[in-house]
Amino acid sequence: MIMNRAEEHNNKEIAKLGMWIFIFTEIILFGGLFIVYSITRSKYSNEFHGAAAHLNVIIGAINTVILLISSTTVAMSITAVQTKNKKLALRLLMVTIVCALVFLANKYFEWSGKFHHGLYPGSDLMMELNRGYLLFFSLYFFMTGLHALHIIVGLTILLIVYYKIDKGIINHEKYVLLENGALYWHLVDLIWIFLFPLLYLIT
Amino acid sequence: MKHDSESYLVNKGKRKGLLAWVTSTDHKRIAILYLASIGFFFLVGALIGEIMRTELFEPGQQFISAQTYNALFTVHGIIMVFLVVIPGLSAVFGNFFLPIMIGAKDVAFPRLNLFSWYLYVIGACLAFYSLFSAARPPDTGWTFYAPYSTQTGTNVISALTAATVLGFASILTGLNFIVTVHRMRAPGMSWFRMPLFPWSVYATAWIQVLATPIIGITLLMLIAERMFKIGFFDPALGGDPVLYQHLFWTYSHPAVYVMILPAMGVITEIIPTFCQKRIFGYKAIALSSLAIAFVGYFVWGHHMFTSGMSNTAQWFFSFLTFIVAVPSAIKVFNWIATMYKGSIDLKPPFLYALAFIFLFMIGGLTGLSLGAIATNVYLHDTSFVVAHFHYIIFGGMGFAFFAAIHYWYPKMFGRMYNIKIANLGWLIIFIGFNFLFFPQFVIGMMGMPRRYFDYLPQFTFGHQISTIGGYILAVGLFIMIYNLFKGRKGPIAEANPWGGKTLEWQISSPPPHENFDEVPVITGEPYNYE
Repeated sequence: MIMNRAEEHNNKEIAKLGMWIFIFTEIILFGGLFIVYSITRSKYSNEFHGAAAHLNVIIGAINTVILLISSTTVAMSITAVQTKNKKLALRLLMVTIVCALVFLANKYFEWSGKFHHGLYPGSDLMMELNRGYLLFFSLYFFMTGLHALHIIVGLTILLIVYYKIDKGIINHEKYVLLENGALYWHLVDLIWIFLFPLLYLIT
Repeated sequence: MKHDSESYLVNKGKRKGLLAWVTSTDHKRIAILYLASIGFFFLVGALIGEIMRTELFEPGQQFISAQTYNALFTVHGIIMVFLVVIPGLSAVFGNFFLPIMIGAKDVAFPRLNLFSWYLYVIGACLAFYSLFSAARPPDTGWTFYAPYSTQTGTNVISALTAATVLGFASILTGLNFIVTVHRMRAPGMSWFRMPLFPWSVYATAWIQVLATPIIGITLLMLIAERMFKIGFFDPALGGDPVLYQHLFWTYSHPAVYVMILPAMGVITEIIPTFCQKRIFGYKAIALSSLAIAFVGYFVWGHHMFTSGMSNTAQWFFSFLTFIVAVPSAIKVFNWIATMYKGSIDLKPPFLYALAFIFLFMIGGLTGLSLGAIATNVYLHDTSFVVAHFHYIIFGGMGFAFFAAIHYWYPKMFGRMYNIKIANLGWLIIFIGFNFLFFPQFVIGMMGMPRRYFDYLPQFTFGHQISTIGGYILAVGLFIMIYNLFKGRKGPIAEANPWGGKTLEWQISSPPPHENFDEVPVITGEPYNYE
């Protein structure tokens, strides 16, 4: 029995270390984009300044708040699982999932607004834009698009975690999947915390 | 209990045949899957190389067009770099022996390990699709330099996607190995009791994890640029082509160390075994692997001395390039010092290891003349670079791969190949290799550009020697592969035919499913000869 406990503990450490290293790779992946952003920004600072004014700061700010709330609730649900409060854990996790969906819905309206004005990657309007504007909007679509993809992946993980808590597979003794899912969600949140000022606020 | 010590080659469970292999999460079986797929791709890449050499036998067109030639060197590069040498040693021998050598039953994430192999296969399929569909194979070279890669009408997108997917496979393998080394070592196996092959695989894994995401995002940007005319890199659209080169080499230079570090690890295992002597400078070798991994991250600019960089950046990258040679040299000196007064046994693995040291030194020293700014400008984009690269990658990583397969073959398959034929194969490969690539140094210095389909008459002699060398090499490879293939039915090997001291030689051959009947406890250093 003691042997099993030690092994269980070791397995948990293994899973968490793997997740942390994976998170490093994600940060470096976005790091490449941030490098391109900073270089093009220094080259076209006036155009970036002008183009950023066209983004909707309010939707961006709402989405920031939503993600911060969702990160809090997913962290709280870990504590709830640890204290054997399954019902609360499920509720908190549901808040996170709903937040993720609201984020995606906002993103949808924001993007479709842009599309409506003929502003999307490869559109005729984009091709006619000044180069600096084109690069800003391209980076905007590329970075927020890749981020939205991460939101969808994170959402899927959280749904699996929700199911497993419900079935009791994740419980107060074994909750490393929940912890790793939460870590991933914090990463997605963190990347947005950087994207928001870089794209929306610096005008 | 008998069931537990059964060889991993015997199917366990209900599934049979190939299905039992492609669904197994046993690290040893996954290693064999990699071995088979990498071996196949190596032969395809080598065949393409031979076609190019045949075309270059005389100036002017022989039997393929210039456009086909462009496609061939691109395809040769993509297959050899992304499908063979980057995964190569780490995925095959790292997978097979890393867990055994640190006393673990498997890697940290066995299912992720199998998933990585599937990603690798998907990447390989995409690569082959780009090469053979619609008769428009990519013609950009394996470096995909923008803006040509954003404008050419060939299958660049699927080739880029392939490289991205393969990158993810590489990241996940690296992640798996890091966690394995951190968390799965047997009791008593402290960091400095670990054999040196695991050390080198560990250092490699960090490069894979920290550098590969950069190429992932860069290639994604290139795909987006091609599809939507975004203009990150195309100067006609306001982008910066030098930026692409920076991002590309930020990964692709460290990738060279992904190829060569495990090769150095293999050599470090073979030399003490065949000299029956403790490795000289254990800690220096272990830490120099980490030093190479670290410094290797900051030298990418030496690929771009003629691309337009500030003078400060040029001397900085040149200086660091010289620095990164130091840990490599430390290893070479330690290998030589290990041989001193050892009782040397000239078996095939050791012969390959000797050839590795010889060829790697030629490759390394010519690398210094490419790393120095003045000579680089003169030699840039000549066949001197091609020769240097092949001395490091084929002469280094390739020979280390052959050394590893000859060294661990009796352990992996429990049988022994014919030693005499293996020696013959080694000799012919070694001669053929030098005839193939050494003339390219000479004609490169005379001014022969790389990647050219045609050349001036004064280079003919060098090209002809090179092509003949290519054929000799092919004969040698055939002998080696035939011998290894036939070895499956060879005499049954003992558990420790070479008298090795590391853990993999202490278990039966081929290893049982779970590697160890009981968890080994380590009480001393790995190379306790004497």
